[in-house]
Amino acid sequence: MKKTYLSILVDNHEGVLTRLSSLFCQRGFNIDSLTVSATDDETLSRITITTTGGEEEIKQIINQTKKLHEYEGIFEIDPTDSLIRELLLVKIAVDESNRSSLLEIASIYKAKIIDISVGSMVFEITGKPAKLDSYLDSLKPYTILEMCRSGATALQRGEVKMTK
Amino acid sequence: MKLNGSQILANVLIENEVDTVFGYPGGAVLNIYDALYEYQDKITHYMTAHEQGASHAADGYARATGKTGVVIATSGPGATNLVTGIATAYMDSVPMVAITGNVPNSLIGRDSFQEVYIAGITMPITKHNFVVRKIEDLAPILRSAFKIAISGRPGPVLVDIPKDITAAVTEYEPQPKQVADKRSYIDGDNLAEIAKVINNAKKPVIFFGGGVKNSNAGELLKKIIEKANIPATHTIMAAGVLRYDMPENLGFLGMHGSVVANKAVDDADVVITVASRFSDRVALAPNKFAKKATLIHIDIDQSEIDKNVKTDYHIIGNAETVLGELENLLEEKKHDDWFAEINTFRRDIPYSVGGNTIHPKEIMDILSEVAGEDGLFVTDVGQHQMWAAQYLHHVKAENFLTSGGLGTMGYGYGAAIGAQIGTGRSHVFHITGDGSFHMNMNEACTAVTYKLPIISICLNNEALGMVRQWQTTFYGKRYASSEPDRKTDYVKVAEGFGAKGYSCRTAEEFRAALEEAVKLDTPVWIECIVDREERVLPMIPGGGTVDDIIYN
Repeated sequence: MKKTYLSILVDNHEGVLTRLSSLFCQRGFNIDSLTVSATDDETLSRITITTTGGEEEIKQIINQTKKLHEYEGIFEIDPTDSLIRELLLVKIAVDESNRSSLLEIASIYKAKIIDISVGSMVFEITGKPAKLDSYLDSLKPYTILEMCRSGATALQRGEVKMTK
Repeated sequence: MKLNGSQILANVLIENEVDTVFGYPGGAVLNIYDALYEYQDKITHYMTAHEQGASHAADGYARATGKTGVVIATSGPGATNLVTGIATAYMDSVPMVAITGNVPNSLIGRDSFQEVYIAGITMPITKHNFVVRKIEDLAPILRSAFKIAISGRPGPVLVDIPKDITAAVTEYEPQPKQVADKRSYIDGDNLAEIAKVINNAKKPVIFFGGGVKNSNAGELLKKIIEKANIPATHTIMAAGVLRYDMPENLGFLGMHGSVVANKAVDDADVVITVASRFSDRVALAPNKFAKKATLIHIDIDQSEIDKNVKTDYHIIGNAETVLGELENLLEEKKHDDWFAEINTFRRDIPYSVGGNTIHPKEIMDILSEVAGEDGLFVTDVGQHQMWAAQYLHHVKAENFLTSGGLGTMGYGYGAAIGAQIGTGRSHVFHITGDGSFHMNMNEACTAVTYKLPIISICLNNEALGMVRQWQTTFYGKRYASSEPDRKTDYVKVAEGFGAKGYSCRTAEEFRAALEEAVKLDTPVWIECIVDREERVLPMIPGGGTVDDIIYN
């Protein structure tokens, strides 16, 4: 079971996200993360889905997606030749004893402090999903009050442009 | 010209040569029905007893005529009552356009009276669906609906129209009839290479499904079978594509398929699958399907490739186009040894007649004889359906309508109504069981109202025969809820509806009743008493192979 990133172009219609997620649910495909965003073409949206499955399953997901009437393009993103990024916001309980070590970890991972209060700090970090995983690993000894990950979003490197 | 939404709907139907619609009125579609009243010289509306019946009628109409079936229902319960009919059409790839009314846009999302989000409900059972938000979108959406329903692999499309849209006025310009985006292109593996595999085969078998019927590729298929001398088997959806008595036709495949077909596929060295999706009723054990064979799969729908059974070669395209090109590449062959071997696989399932009941095979034989080669048969779902598939003398694909994929009990009466209206046949034969018939027998009132000569033959074994058969075989004869102690008097109920009823206990009585019925031009019910212990055989249990065939 490998992690696969699918970039899907769909018509920017109401209900298209429901239609796509309903398809995944109906066929028993797993969605690990999902992002929807505008594109340079206002008639299109780009949905980036992270999913796990065997090769046959991914092929089936792609073929089923192509049958959607609002489908305009699908692209399996090759992680070795792509830019995959995710945003993480994490709120951690702080006091005198751990503040400096948290700042040290943040500086190693290039995480930014975006909010600070007497008992908490919020860090923001952008990067490959694996980098975020590793940052969260380093935070295990601390108390995470809340966190939020955006889900992966991705573009192919170079001049290639995914079109209809 | 300026027209209101309901008039635009009527005009788009007329553009698309729709002269027949099925449905049921209600609050949210009052404007639409007012337009149907206005356009009644061009569009005939048939009102059923229940929206489910209307949806099956649109389906039966489509299957029997090859045209797109149209059904109209009101919002809320009207719309939800269509769901089973839409799902039935979706599973069997039947072109249908379902129009539902909805509450006005101003009331949407407020849990208004008879409001339901039917677009959400039908998302997984339609090829696509639309909610019309503004009047300007109405005509283009309806046209797309007709196009989508018939393009590529056919299927149902739903258009939900809020009531204010049906009254709003806009400019309407007639447009030509929508035609299918014909997906005739061929994609996939090299056809010449595939032809070579077939030409070199010693034990080839063709296995085909409903797509051959949908793309009118039956004649081409026959040509290939004769030229390359290949035996063929089919799914229940493709019954009648080949004549039942064609020597190369091994009958249907799968759970209740013929022994010879199942064994031939199991022993084949090359299996060419045309327009079938390897459902679990055919490829019961997908990993062991035709285990010795090189598998070739031809289908219009790319997502069917390797979905259930992994194949060695595939071609994506319309069956007619692909078979047309393939035919040129195939060599004339003789497979006498293979046919001789296949003949050793044949096995008759013995059955006994007489007593106080009629054997299902006798019923199907008499039906085939009295109905003749133009007889149009519509089934419900269960044992009677399998007997009809096994024993009727199938000669034309469009003459056998059955809910294959969804297995919808209650499909038959509505579908028979649609088929009779669509074809204008002197008679349509609705084969049903006492279980299925009780689900939608209310449509008798529709058949009576419109004087439709539909003969319903009810195989009454006072049981849900197929459920009971499984309980006999796999559940130690623990007959949970499969022996309803019903006291229905079919003759009286038929008469109560204004139809004619017969009840028969012997083959002679049945023949006499049927011969009388075909002289009438009214709906007729014929009850046939069938032994409750009668099972559909042969049978391969779910997940099984030819090694697991149950013969008696």
